[in-house]
Amino acid sequence: MTDASLHSQAHENEASFGDYFALLKPRVMSLVVFTAMVGLLAAPGGIHPFIAFCAILFIAVGGGASGALNMWYDADIDRIMTRTKSRPIPSGKVSANDAFAIGITLSVFSVVMLALATNWVAGALLAFTIFFYVVIYTMWLKRWTPQNIVIGGAAGAFPPMIGWAAVTGDIALESVLMFTLTFMWTPPHFWALTLFMKSDYKDAGVPMLNVTHGRPSTRNHILVYTLLLAAVAIGIAFTAIGGWIYLTTAVILNTIFVIGAIGIWRRTDEDCEADDHKKEKRFFFFSLTYLFLSFGAILAEAALAPYGLGGW
Amino acid sequence: MSFAKEHEIHKRRFGRNLGVALTLAAFVALLMGLTVVKVTRGDFEPASVKEQSGG
Repeated sequence: MTDASLHSQAHENEASFGDYFALLKPRVMSLVVFTAMVGLLAAPGGIHPFIAFCAILFIAVGGGASGALNMWYDADIDRIMTRTKSRPIPSGKVSANDAFAIGITLSVFSVVMLALATNWVAGALLAFTIFFYVVIYTMWLKRWTPQNIVIGGAAGAFPPMIGWAAVTGDIALESVLMFTLTFMWTPPHFWALTLFMKSDYKDAGVPMLNVTHGRPSTRNHILVYTLLLAAVAIGIAFTAIGGWIYLTTAVILNTIFVIGAIGIWRRTDEDCEADDHKKEKRFFFFSLTYLFLSFGAILAEAALAPYGLGGW
Repeated sequence: MSFAKEHEIHKRRFGRNLGVALTLAAFVALLMGLTVVKVTRGDFEPASVKEQSGG
């Protein structure tokens, strides 16, 4: 092997701009952008469209920064798991130190910029979200408790609250309920995935509920959280951000979701093997539609309100 | 052998540099836009001036 070939191999792994962008978990960012936008548009009072755009952008950057810090800290387990070993750090394209530097820089940047563009309540909420996801979830609870998904879900649930605070400078019942909607939705969504995905969390030493407490217990948890979610989701209809459109959407979506959860709860491992987890897969994919349509209905109420059509 | 021949790595580096340049340019445009919006709305005026103008 010549010096030239060694040199060329070293460069083959050199990161592209896309590899740095991948550190920000763009797919997670899309959920953050959508729910933050709904929170922002559903909030009472107005916001200049350009400031609204900046607010959503800074919230997305903050979410991306926490993703980069998560990848920096979890690089050891990402190397073990099939799903994550092609990420920029385990694949050797970005160094862990670079990911840390990008994560910290973008965290400070997004919080300060959001606070300057809107207000310090929104900035503080974004800072808390990043802290919660990186320190409380990633560093502390993810590898310690099988309830990690429940806690991790809280971090993903903050964006609509931040969007709301960007307009009002405050925390309200409605924004807390939008938080609760995503918070309660995350466990059944993710646990359904763990029932049919061949997971290697066990090898990585991450305690997932289906591994630590078994699949029947996971099915029980899915049902309980789905029922609690239905209560919260329908409750939102009777607040200032609800109305006929939201109520109708929520009743239909939650009926389908609860029926799906009961279907999963009644199944045995043999049933799952027999049809290759058909019900679990259907429930998981429906959960994506569920969240999108729920927040879409809140958005529709807000959009139609000026024409006297939204709300009660 | 020509030193001018472009290697794949040069394209990748150019892409990275272009990405950083465009991100920075977008940030400058964003700050410019924010400043224009905030100044036009009178966000930086002292409270006494806002009261006088009824803002």
